[in-house]
Amino acid sequence: MTLQSTISPVVARPPAALTMAAALNAAIHDSMRDDPTVVLFGEDVGPLGGVFRVTDGLYAEFGETRVSDSPLAESGIVGTAIGMAIYGLRPVVEMQFDAFSYPAFEQIVSHLAKMRNRTRGRISLPIVIRIPYAGDIGGVEHHSDSSEAYWSATPGLTVVSPSNPADAYSMLREAIASDDPVIFMEPKSRYWMKEVLSLPVQTTPMNTAVVLREGTDVTLIAYGPTVKTALATAELATAEGLSIEVIDLRSLSPFDDATVGASLRKTSRAAVVHEAAQFGGYGAEVAARLTERNFFHLAAPILRITGFDIPYPSPKLEEYFLPTPDRILAALGTWEWS
Amino acid sequence: MSLNVESPVVSTAPAPQPLRLIDDTGHAVTDNAGDFVLPDPGTLLGLYRQMVVARRFDVQVTALTRQGRLATYPSALGQEACEIAAVASLDPGDWLFPTYRDSIALLTRGVKPEHILASFRGEWHSGYDQYEHRIAPQATPLATQALHAVGLATASKLKQDSTVALTLLGDGATSEGDAHEALNFAAVWQAPVVFVVQNNQFAISVPLDKQMRCRTIADKAIGYGMPGFYVDGNDVAAMYAVTSAAVDRARTGGGPTLVEGLTYRMEAHTNSDDPSRYRAAGDVDVWRRRDPIERLDTYLVSIGALSDQERAGIRDEAEDLAAATRECMMLPVRVDPLELFDHVYADPRAALAEQRAFLAAELAEHAALAGQPPATPSAPTTPSSSTTPAGAHA
Ligand SMILES: Cc1ncc(C[n+]2csc(CCOP(=O)(O)OP(=O)(O)O)c2C)c(N)n1
Repeated sequence: MTLQSTISPVVARPPAALTMAAALNAAIHDSMRDDPTVVLFGEDVGPLGGVFRVTDGLYAEFGETRVSDSPLAESGIVGTAIGMAIYGLRPVVEMQFDAFSYPAFEQIVSHLAKMRNRTRGRISLPIVIRIPYAGDIGGVEHHSDSSEAYWSATPGLTVVSPSNPADAYSMLREAIASDDPVIFMEPKSRYWMKEVLSLPVQTTPMNTAVVLREGTDVTLIAYGPTVKTALATAELATAEGLSIEVIDLRSLSPFDDATVGASLRKTSRAAVVHEAAQFGGYGAEVAARLTERNFFHLAAPILRITGFDIPYPSPKLEEYFLPTPDRILAALGTWEWS
Repeated sequence: MSLNVESPVVSTAPAPQPLRLIDDTGHAVTDNAGDFVLPDPGTLLGLYRQMVVARRFDVQVTALTRQGRLATYPSALGQEACEIAAVASLDPGDWLFPTYRDSIALLTRGVKPEHILASFRGEWHSGYDQYEHRIAPQATPLATQALHAVGLATASKLKQDSTVALTLLGDGATSEGDAHEALNFAAVWQAPVVFVVQNNQFAISVPLDKQMRCRTIADKAIGYGMPGFYVDGNDVAAMYAVTSAAVDRARTGGGPTLVEGLTYRMEAHTNSDDPSRYRAAGDVDVWRRRDPIERLDTYLVSIGALSDQERAGIRDEAEDLAAATRECMMLPVRVDPLELFDHVYADPRAALAEQRAFLAAELAEHAALAGQPPATPSAPTTPSSSTTPAGAHA
């Protein structure tokens, strides 16, 4: 199914300033209106509209048949979504916060990811699991995890993370239309970012990375919450005469080797930025595969600027944990520049 | 249709003794039958035939496993009444969510031996067409499949279809969180689903009293607000009467039911298990005397519904199936290494195409070294059946 075919029937709306939360809401709304098999359920997604209001108004419009508060059990949410998908529905489910997706780990890893393979392609599970993730919102413990490495390391899952409202709309629509299960990672700190959009908007395909800002000296790779940090770093760097190219990965699995590799071969230096801990983190995969494929184009080792290898800290300590433009620039300064 | 249902909460306690219609000695009994009545002789004869055939298959596959010709096989010997009653209660359009233990349920629903054995031979994880048979892949992660059954049943309800889902679970699996979540979701959503727990009294080596302090597993139904039935799981008449009533209730909007069949696993957990380490041979003998097939045989003979000639005919059918099962082991193992990459994603991935090409080149090199003609590169395979989900057309 192409994105075009799923978007076209939706009536065009006049330009309006939309938050990422509102863009996500519109994406679910439009997908539900276009496809009667799309159903939505999870914790508090009904009358309340979700704790981040991403599902606001959907219960009122589509009713209990298609939008429902489920019992409070994440494994149950994913497990029942799997059964519904076997019967031809397209469930969109919400994990209320990143760390609360862990009870669903077994259903996601042992069934959601593997069903197509186990059944030799007979059973597709077109399910979207929305996970609000990452920190920088002053959240108490278990409300700021970045769990993308777990999902990205699991064959069978597609893992994406938008960084702006336009992508949030376009990518979520594409995720819902996809026949593969998609882990849709929503950066909580960006929920309130506004952008003027005329919906429906279609950005580049979900599985591709984009160069958000061109540069010649360094490729800075980010996704989700750290895209903003990377763009701010690039801005600051111009004062130091450093030209940074910023890539928004958008898709963590699959990884867009072509786009990122082309940028790296141009700049010959790369760094990857994420909030999650460094050890075994997503950046390790980025650095390893880019090095394997582009070693002779590299002028310096690929750097990772990430959270420390510690559990996500308390609100008053998170500023020391999160990667900042200063920290990124300092890291780039450790390279030998000849 | 909506998930929000006004329905009375059911809280009748299951009977303290297992519900039964035919006792160990093959006599019809009514003292602990609840409202259930004996199925008619024709139905019972059909169940008898299916149990005999299923047992012959099970014994044959266990033998093949002992010969080292299958990687593993979890036997259901002694549990035929639960397995066959569950399957016999379903309409062809209903869905079954089985475990590794339930191969004879698959057989009884019409899956060919070669397709059942594909997984135990190590050819592929699930070897049959799930949509053709309306059987989910046999689940190994305990109790996970129960949630899938609830989800499918709920989808059926949302679409206002009449499809019912039935899931089989072991007693040990009821300790898992997913079992609780499945029972609770089913009750809250009033999903048309039936949970059949085969209480064979052991989870590998661990007896049920180490799993729970409840009197019976069926008692837990009270807590969830659904009917629960504690049934003699070696009495196929009772298992069939209770389970088919539960399926009917689910189909007509009455919501879920928990059925516990008290039975016994006569074989080891799998071929690699040693039951002598955790249970006495005498216990097995006690349960051998409660055999589900023997007692039904006695009963059917007593009412004149099973002649020697009919029994011989059924045994011949079972022997034919055993022969066919042995024969399918003669078929070469059918694996295509390049198929490894074909069913991971619907949306093809460049990285997998690269890895597939790598393996193809490696295979060609090995073939060349062995002096064989290079294998013709196979095109990516497509599923051998329709990929349209049942009910998706609605
Ligand atoms: C989640 C999970 N934990 C552990 C296992 C390993 N395991 C396989 S079968 C089994 C015992 C299950 O016992 P029960 O549910 O009573 O079913 P039975 O095998 O007796 O049919 C165990 C522990 C598993 N398959 N899944």
